[in-house]
Amino acid sequence: MKKIKKIKIRLNGKIKNISARYKLHDLLKELDLPLKKVAIEINREIVDKNKIKTIRLNNGDNIEVVHFIGGG
Amino acid sequence: MKVDKLIVGKKKFNSRLIVGTGKYKNMSECAKAIKLSGANIVTVAVRRVNISDKKKPLLMDYIDPKKITYLPNTAGCFTSEEALRTLRLAREIGGWKLVKLEVLGDKKNLFPNMIETLKSTEILTKEGFKVMVYCNDDPLMAKKLEDLGAAAIMPLAAPIGSGLGILNKTNILIIRKQTKLPVIIDAGLGQASDAAVAMELGCDGVLVNTAIAKAKKPFVMALAFKHAVIAGRQSYLSGRIVKSLAGNPSSPTEGII
Repeated sequence: MKKIKKIKIRLNGKIKNISARYKLHDLLKELDLPLKKVAIEINREIVDKNKIKTIRLNNGDNIEVVHFIGGG
Repeated sequence: MKVDKLIVGKKKFNSRLIVGTGKYKNMSECAKAIKLSGANIVTVAVRRVNISDKKKPLLMDYIDPKKITYLPNTAGCFTSEEALRTLRLAREIGGWKLVKLEVLGDKKNLFPNMIETLKSTEILTKEGFKVMVYCNDDPLMAKKLEDLGAAAIMPLAAPIGSGLGILNKTNILIIRKQTKLPVIIDAGLGQASDAAVAMELGCDGVLVNTAIAKAKKPFVMALAFKHAVIAGRQSYLSGRIVKSLAGNPSSPTEGII
């Protein structure tokens, strides 16, 4: 059986191993995140949420997913 | 009576009370307090999603952003760079352009860093944001913010969360008189009467978080602030009497038996 190649990314500050084939869309699906309620950054660049199906993730990518919480 | 609405960045709001959504015991307490306060605008913070706990309740599940205007803030930012990053992300979440800029400079008193604040206001305005700006109660800085395109001036009454009330009424009055922009008192109010005082000074609104969220009975305080803001505004619009050192009887002096 062919082993699926893994890559390392940093997601909200934590190291995570994912399949090298992952698109951003696959990662968000795995995390079960409501797309309408979050914003995403890859390596400090804001991601267009309409394009997540085509965005490929690379080894060492720094991904931030944020949302709104209570604040003054 | 003429409809008296708060207008910020060409948007109209019925309530002049803006409330923060932080420091509540839980989301449902927060949602109920907001409902009771009658606020149309709530401030919210931008933070990392908790990846490990998917079941954690989301603010949007409790406060519907279609019914209440979310005002994303930059709380916790100490540089212009951090503030810009935060608000660009906030805009990306849901297309919000109306934002509250707050760049702090002093960890102890939470006073704003006006140099970073001015810089950020200019950039954000150019990017199409409507920027409501937390600032100190300095008329000169308020004027600079107006010149840079701010959508509203939000001077502090006192340090954030201090509950001290309006410390410098004169400066607030000067800021109010010199600008065409809405002036909204942000931070430092402790009780409902503080909000009434702000409104009587001619301010266009107040922003309250800690005073409601940390009151022993937040729901009662939310209602108190709602009424105080309305009372203060009406008092301001009514044209109060001139102060006099001498007494002036309320009953006619003629026909006394």
